[in-house]
Amino acid sequence: MSFIRLEPRGQASKTMVYVTPLLAVALTLLSGFILFLAMGFDPLKALYSFFVAPVTSVRGVGELVVKATPLVLCAVGLAIGFRANVWNIGAEGQLTLGAITGGGLALAFYGEGGWWLLPLMVIGGAIGGAVWAAVPAFLRLRFNASEILTSLMLNYVALLLLNYLVHGPFRDPDGFAFPESRLFEADATLPVLWAGTRVHLGALFALLAVAGGWLLIARTFIGFQIKVIGLTPAAAGYAGFDQKRIVWLTLLLSGALAGIAGMGEVAGPIGQVTAGISPGYGYTAIIVAFLGRLHPVGILLAALLMALSFIGGEAAQIAMGLPKAITGVFQGMLLFFLLASDVLIRYRVRFGARRAAA
Amino acid sequence: MNDFALIGPILAAMFAAATPLLFAALGELVVEKSGVLNLGVEGMMLVGAVCGFAVAVQTGSATTGFLVAALAGAATASLFAVLTLFLLANQVATGLALTLFGVGLSALIGQGFVGIPLEGLPKLYVPGLTDLPVVGQALFGQDVMVYLAVAAVPLVHLFLYRTRAGLVLRAVGENHTAAHALGYKVLRIRFLAVLFGGAMAGLGGAFLSMDYTPMWAENMTSGRGWIALALVVFATWKPVRAMLGAWLFGGVTILQLHVQGLGIDVPSQLLSMLPYLATVLVLVLISRDVARIRLNAPACLGKLFHPDA
Amino acid sequence: MNRRTMGKTVLGLAGAAIALSVGMGSAFAQEKLKVGFVYVGPVSDHGYSYQHDQGRLAVEKALGDKVTTTFVENVPEGADAERVIEQLAASGHKLIFTTSFGFMNPTLKVAQRHPDVKFEHATGYKRAANVATYSGRFYEGRTVVGAIAGKMTKSNIIGYIGSYPIPEVVGGINAFTIALREQNPKAEVRVVWVNSWYDPGKEAEAAKALIDQGADIIVQHTDSPAPIQTAQERGLWSVGQSSDMTRFGPKSHLTAIVEDWNGYYVDRVKAVLDGSWKPIDTWGGIKTGMVELAPYNPAIPADVVKMADQIKADIVSGKRHSFQGPVKDQSGKVVIPEGKSATDEQILKMDWYVEGVQGKVPK
Repeated sequence: MSFIRLEPRGQASKTMVYVTPLLAVALTLLSGFILFLAMGFDPLKALYSFFVAPVTSVRGVGELVVKATPLVLCAVGLAIGFRANVWNIGAEGQLTLGAITGGGLALAFYGEGGWWLLPLMVIGGAIGGAVWAAVPAFLRLRFNASEILTSLMLNYVALLLLNYLVHGPFRDPDGFAFPESRLFEADATLPVLWAGTRVHLGALFALLAVAGGWLLIARTFIGFQIKVIGLTPAAAGYAGFDQKRIVWLTLLLSGALAGIAGMGEVAGPIGQVTAGISPGYGYTAIIVAFLGRLHPVGILLAALLMALSFIGGEAAQIAMGLPKAITGVFQGMLLFFLLASDVLIRYRVRFGARRAAA
Repeated sequence: MNDFALIGPILAAMFAAATPLLFAALGELVVEKSGVLNLGVEGMMLVGAVCGFAVAVQTGSATTGFLVAALAGAATASLFAVLTLFLLANQVATGLALTLFGVGLSALIGQGFVGIPLEGLPKLYVPGLTDLPVVGQALFGQDVMVYLAVAAVPLVHLFLYRTRAGLVLRAVGENHTAAHALGYKVLRIRFLAVLFGGAMAGLGGAFLSMDYTPMWAENMTSGRGWIALALVVFATWKPVRAMLGAWLFGGVTILQLHVQGLGIDVPSQLLSMLPYLATVLVLVLISRDVARIRLNAPACLGKLFHPDA
Repeated sequence: MNRRTMGKTVLGLAGAAIALSVGMGSAFAQEKLKVGFVYVGPVSDHGYSYQHDQGRLAVEKALGDKVTTTFVENVPEGADAERVIEQLAASGHKLIFTTSFGFMNPTLKVAQRHPDVKFEHATGYKRAANVATYSGRFYEGRTVVGAIAGKMTKSNIIGYIGSYPIPEVVGGINAFTIALREQNPKAEVRVVWVNSWYDPGKEAEAAKALIDQGADIIVQHTDSPAPIQTAQERGLWSVGQSSDMTRFGPKSHLTAIVEDWNGYYVDRVKAVLDGSWKPIDTWGGIKTGMVELAPYNPAIPADVVKMADQIKADIVSGKRHSFQGPVKDQSGKVVIPEGKSATDEQILKMDWYVEGVQGKVPK
């Protein structure tokens, strides 16, 4: 560490906040170029497939929004918790529960729905996710059990519960005993907002979550408490903040948002309850939350970028037979660069020997 | 068939099922004790699994395979270490990114090794002892890696609590500023801890690909890295408890399969929930003593450290 | 279409009939048919998706001068499936095989938007003007292995590893059990569900549990070779699934039920090329070669091999049906009466166990 050193800046560099993502993208393009070349693929064509081809059509842009929607909903909630040192790893399970309760309502009122069914499903999905998140909250506050473990374990339980339901109570009576529910009726399906795409009402919920999350953190006393608890728990104690209330609030809120995300998947692009609702959105959302620096607007951008890298991977498979495995490696590299370049915001790079201690 | 006679085989299967979890959890435990949270265990296990398998197939030597698996796990972990320790990247996000990366990289390396069989490790047989009723097979009929995992438990414990290096490592995890002020190389110690965690995760993965189910398949760890992470929390950062946790999880997993085989009328999905629920339940029971857990959790876990800050 | 029609008019006006045919011919030669495949797993799973990819390679081999193929692997059965299928359709693929049950509704949605593209959905039951369905009668293979198991078991307990309790798997268990007990009325089947198609560790643990409970033959309806390895380690018999798994346990592997899509895929691509493609339902079995048995283990006695071959021949000739009455359910009630066989619909919807299976179907 002698010739290249990091030297703390007095305060975070405003310029670097915007420059570092660009730097990371440049590094990703460069290393992606080398990776694809080394694997024997035309690097320019591969990079084009990844980052440009998916958004050259209206439908493609719509798909980006569809894919980013659950990520934003989950990540905004998680980020608020992370700011208060509440380590909810259970968004995947909370999303699944939202799909179960929201979708369950669609099935329960099959054939007898009305205008009221969708609002009910949204509320039901939110409650389902919140109840699932309430378990870790209760176990942490009442029994001191770490929410990292309990929320993670409940992910597996939720998936098995969903599996049980689609093989049993939720099964389509005319579906040849296959593990899928009926297709929802129109009054239980989220309306498409943008003709010619699959962008549904859930995208609006995601935007509302971004705005609401920002308001909560930046403009309310609760948001202030969350930040203080996260940064200096001891100070929060002296100030007399009710830490228990913050744990409840952040977990219930993130659970509800994840639940809405799950409801949005079954009532949106999927249109029925199946065993495979989420390809790990709840876990990806954790990356998205940190990539967006726990800020709702940052999360929105990070979710779009993650969504693009997933869709781009598919496009590259179709256009040039790039194996899925390379997509994973490439995504990892992209994230590494993005996460590492953050350092430039708070530190500057110095070359040469260390100066005498100040 | 006498159901009581099943206790022996269940115990034997339990120790084997717990082994990959135990390797990975012990490694992560040391990492976290040094104040670093690496959520990339699943990715490191997979890279270890594929590298160990590939080398074992090519050289025919299991020992070389396991050594390479440990090295590969450590090499993967070093990526995480450089990013989080020297470039101060967020640990939670970098760990998750490492898992994405490891899943992809292992699949890429493994493309040429799919569908190739490998011999597992031989099982111990001690005349008399292995034939003992109930415990014979479980205690004296396993293979060397199962014993190594168990042997690592007291070693890690002794290292952490009975050696100077262990004391320093814990001090770094407890208060990196103070440790730094006392002249300890915080980053170097954490770097080594992260490498050790990677090597142990690599061994856990290789146990799966070279011994438990000797073959390579994409994503073959199936979430065991995540369970290992949970076990460290379960263990309240104590090696012996990590072992008990791995046995609990492995044991309930095996038990529910037996219950299914006996034809008990409960849906299999609900029975499959049992290992997860049992872990939560036991955690709740042992966590009630607030003070003891606080003392064990490394105070600087997940916090970034920069010597000039 | 437009350009081709216009060219025809221009050339037609010129009255050059020969030039027309030559021109058309070369236009076709340049425009290879693009065929897309969507897989739920990795092509390297050496099981289900691998077998479908073998079919794709067979198409390339047989018709490589007329078609190009594309595949997308590891496609989740959620909201992503529709996008992948749509991308294939939008990028000029005129025939698309979607190879997993969970792709059914996404396939239909995309098919509606692309009436000029033909779709083939595996194991589903919904068809449309441009959507055909296909599947294999894998239960026929399980009838053959059931009979072999009936002859080979000593403990009279068979361990059966299930993935998910869907009709295909439940029907397979039943077909197996009927044939098993025909040879050996004392034998019973114990089922363990692992709730996964591919989890080597879990499958091995399930195999161990079943063996510890006394099973001496392990049958699987999951895709990894781990149960074969476990059975080999314990010196017991096993039956593979999806592909020939002999090399994972040469001393244990009795045979395997092999899914062979090669012939079907080549036929369907040919049908599109010559314009005879129709949105039909194909349910092929041993007779059509879609279901095959891997080479028998040399340790199986000659008379058992002869019996197995006879059963195969009888299934092909139609003399034997896997669900030939009388078939009783677990309560002893006759579900399929003597002289009748289960209808295709009964088989497709099967969610009950026959006599001889332990436990209940998870619901």
